Amino acid sequence: MTTTSEVLTLPSRAARFGFIRGLRLSGFPLIPTAILLGIAFVAVFANQLAPHNPEVGSLVARFKPPFWETGGTTKYLLGTDQLGRDVLSRLIFGARVSMVVSITAVLFAGVVGTTLGIISGYLGGWVDQVIMRLVDTWLALPALTFAIFLAAIVGPSMWNIVIILGITYWTRYARVTRGEVLSLKEREFVRLAIVAGCSKWKIMLRHILPNVINSAIVIGTLMVGVVIITEATLSFLGVGVPPPQPAWGLMLSDGKQSLMVGRWWLTVFPGCCIMLMVLSANILGDWLRVKLDPQLRQL
Amino acid sequence: MKQFVMKRIGYCVLSLFLLSLTIFFFVRVTGDPATLLVEPGASPEDIAAIHHQFGLDRPLIVQYGLFMASVLTGDLGQSFYYRTPVMELYWSRLPNSVMLASAAMAFSLLIGIPSGILASVRVGRFWDNAGKVFALLGLSLPSFWVGLVMILVFSVYLGWLPSSGSGTPLHLIMPAFALGWYFAASHMRLTRSSMLEVLGSEYVKLARLKGLPQSLVIAKHAFKNALIPVLTLAGINFVIMISVAVVVETVFAWPGVGRLLYEGIAFRDFPVVQGTVLMLGAMTVVVNLVVDVLYAVIDPRIRLAS
Repeated sequence: MTTTSEVLTLPSRAARFGFIRGLRLSGFPLIPTAILLGIAFVAVFANQLAPHNPEVGSLVARFKPPFWETGGTTKYLLGTDQLGRDVLSRLIFGARVSMVVSITAVLFAGVVGTTLGIISGYLGGWVDQVIMRLVDTWLALPALTFAIFLAAIVGPSMWNIVIILGITYWTRYARVTRGEVLSLKEREFVRLAIVAGCSKWKIMLRHILPNVINSAIVIGTLMVGVVIITEATLSFLGVGVPPPQPAWGLMLSDGKQSLMVGRWWLTVFPGCCIMLMVLSANILGDWLRVKLDPQLRQL
Repeated sequence: MKQFVMKRIGYCVLSLFLLSLTIFFFVRVTGDPATLLVEPGASPEDIAAIHHQFGLDRPLIVQYGLFMASVLTGDLGQSFYYRTPVMELYWSRLPNSVMLASAAMAFSLLIGIPSGILASVRVGRFWDNAGKVFALLGLSLPSFWVGLVMILVFSVYLGWLPSSGSGTPLHLIMPAFALGWYFAASHMRLTRSSMLEVLGSEYVKLARLKGLPQSLVIAKHAFKNALIPVLTLAGINFVIMISVAVVVETVFAWPGVGRLLYEGIAFRDFPVVQGTVLMLGAMTVVVNLVVDVLYAVIDPRIRLAS
């Protein structure tokens, strides 16, 4: 449904920009996008950028403060933790964990949710009833408690967390996609495809999917923040990414132990990283929501 | 009306069924539940005894029946760590959780509603933009980090507030703030949009045309109606607060249900984890049902639409 309006309002010079065609660039959140790209860059080149091994520390260098405080050294720019591991290196590798978990979990939830949403909306009947009742009942459960429970059972592992986050958050995609499909399937191009003899599956794949993908992208961007916070929460509680892997939530959990003696750097830095990433993803998501799909404003 | 209520109760039962089914099957699919039901380091004989005792050698459907039968009679098993029934533990911790959630709710409404009204009256101006920044920050900061930073500032550096535990009103301030922060942002957003809708309505325009002063129009005509959706959300959020408080309770060592869940995880006390999740889930489902039904009683459009 956005296709028509996009084509009609398309400024001629925008055609040159390829994938950002149709997105008018006014008010583009430059800083949040730069932050996200920066975090992605750090995550990809963590091996080259990190000054130390994030998982191995030196016990003689425990609890070094950041370099500008008394007792700090430039060898460990942001200080060291209780095992003498470099905080900066752990933050850099933590970016990789956050990026991988958030992107794969959002994609996983998106694929499951969008597929079920399309099937539910297009086929209708008992299939629709079953999927939508499942969505309703799923939404009634407390998401975080449910995720904690699943994580506590299957044990801490990064990929377990991805799957758990995926099955916790797929319902949002399913519900929105289904709503869109209900109106799409009444449109002429879908009816023409039916008359032309296309199979149901081909219609769903070729004609419906490209029209609902915009909404899925918008939900996905807004989900990134939720997923990162949930991952950090699970890691903080000890059921997320297992130690000694460097995850921001895990670093906060370790930092909590020495908070009372004023070792602030173990808490403040990972928290700032989580905040920056979530804030940037939320701002970008809000902007995309308004630009790509005005009908989603009410979500 | 009767049909609507029956339908909602049907969904509610379905939700509870799905919850119990998920808890039951996940435990069995992901490994031998006997290893979760015995204390770590138990001998093979102990595990075999547990297999026999809990009927784990019987068909799954029979096992599920037995599981549901014990849940329905209020038996959630025995805690390994505390050596008391899980149900007793849950009820003894619930008042603390309710107290924390009440304080956090009061805080979130005290901040959220006035700032939402202010933003709606001053659309596009300073207070509206400040409100947007506040809402964005509220939704982007993890509550446990807010809690940790507060401990650092108010307990470690300033020494004004106790960093953990319970007992005095002072203990409640930081956990309530950390927990209520996120919800204040969501209440602010809803108050703003709800106020904007009401302020654009005909009866508010009429009130203005009558020459009533701005403060009276906002306080008497607009605010009362704009408050309905906010209070509904607050009702649902109250239960959500009790569920998500697990992290805040962990940070501040607040002896609530969330802390119980965390202890269950930390001590590998599986009956506690299972029981707490089941009770929290059931509570959310039932409160959702009550809110739905109450809303339909107040607003006939809802029950007619469905």
